[in-house]
Amino acid sequence: MSKRKATYAAKLKRATHLLFFKRHVKPGVKGWELRKALGSDYPKVLKIMDDYLKALDLEVKTIFEEGKQIEKPSLEQLDKARFYVALRGELVPKEAKMIGWRIDDFAGLAVAIAYIVSRKGRASREEVEKLLREKLPGWKVGLNVDRYIRYGYLTEDESGQLYLDWRTRAEVDQKSLIDLLLTAETKS
Amino acid sequence: MSRKTYEKLGREKLQRIIDTCRSVEDRSLDPFLIDVNSNIGTIKEYFGEWKVPEDLCLDAETLHHIASVVKLQSEWVRHRSTSLYTDPFLLEDKLKRMDKSEIARTFLKAWHPLIEWEQLSLQSLTEAMRYWNTLIPLEERWKETPPLEVAAESATREELVRQKILRDIAFSEELETFWNELKTSVEEKGKEGRIRYWDFIGADSYDETVDRAFMTSFLVTYGYATLEIYPLEEETFLVPFEKPVVRSGKTQLISIPISVSFADWEKWKGGELK
Repeated sequence: MSKRKATYAAKLKRATHLLFFKRHVKPGVKGWELRKALGSDYPKVLKIMDDYLKALDLEVKTIFEEGKQIEKPSLEQLDKARFYVALRGELVPKEAKMIGWRIDDFAGLAVAIAYIVSRKGRASREEVEKLLREKLPGWKVGLNVDRYIRYGYLTEDESGQLYLDWRTRAEVDQKSLIDLLLTAETKS
Repeated sequence: MSRKTYEKLGREKLQRIIDTCRSVEDRSLDPFLIDVNSNIGTIKEYFGEWKVPEDLCLDAETLHHIASVVKLQSEWVRHRSTSLYTDPFLLEDKLKRMDKSEIARTFLKAWHPLIEWEQLSLQSLTEAMRYWNTLIPLEERWKETPPLEVAAESATREELVRQKILRDIAFSEELETFWNELKTSVEEKGKEGRIRYWDFIGADSYDETVDRAFMTSFLVTYGYATLEIYPLEEETFLVPFEKPVVRSGKTQLISIPISVSFADWEKWKGGELK
């Protein structure tokens, strides 16, 4: 093995440790942390890692500040971004159940996210709960919304307004969700 | 229309504009519901009338809210031009018509959960060991305090009197002594065989006064004395009997509440209460 290859193999291992194991309250690693641990060529290390993960249906995901999508990010923007390892493809309902969530919980989360997106990223908790109550038992609605907030999918301000939080930005393809919901064929 | 009425109308109009703008800002309603030009016209119309700072502040506040609505309108246009724009009502309707499991299945197609493994680190293990070493054993933490052991023994009468369980003289004996005191007081300080209520019960301390009022109530109840009350004059007298009177069962006994408050006692001490 050439010296160059050995260096990258070592960096790859280090990057795997950093990205897979949770080190802070939130998962993922900031760009500047990766730069400190792997050197300034960390984007290249992540690219190699992403290629390896493809076979496992995983990917290295980059979430820029405020959830913006940037085509050609600068080094500064990368330093401020957060990197995660996420599922590349989709889970089938049977697999999703193994995560510990019921189908109701997924449906509720989808409704809450879609509704907030359609309201320009902000909706009152009251309105969201009213919509959820159409399909979920009343006693469960409040608990579920609290759960979405606790997991980082939603956030609530002091005036009872709900917004999308960091986990939605990292895990949910919002455009795809809205398109899929609008084009889904309903039974009625 | 008088100037005052015109100004009042202007203030009401500005307040209405503020309220409408607020409802758009707070409830995320369509900001184009507000006719900005017409509202600016209203502000202009009344601007010349405002002289006092309060009115000028109201004018500035109205303008501020209209500016916020214009900002919302700009955001609204920008959002509509993005690929994320969806008619909220259309989406809401769609969500209502979709089945729960259908929504969940659709969500799974757009959901790519993060991979995160929680693990013990050397640092957390060290912290845990440090905590364990300083933790006091349960035996010591939950040690029960043994109940205080008291040996049973007989108490003397003096001890019971000291603890106020018994009185040092029998109650009837005490009542008779108090009755005699009342008779003496009537002879010395009273008139026509009676004495003012407060002149008899009143003492140097408030506690003693209450104690005397308490005993007096028994003198009256047990027929050693009676009360003469003159409501119009607001005067109450105590009249002792020569011999205790036995109440017949036929006469209806009534209770008379007499206030012996600290304020009353102070008034009596100052000579204001008779």
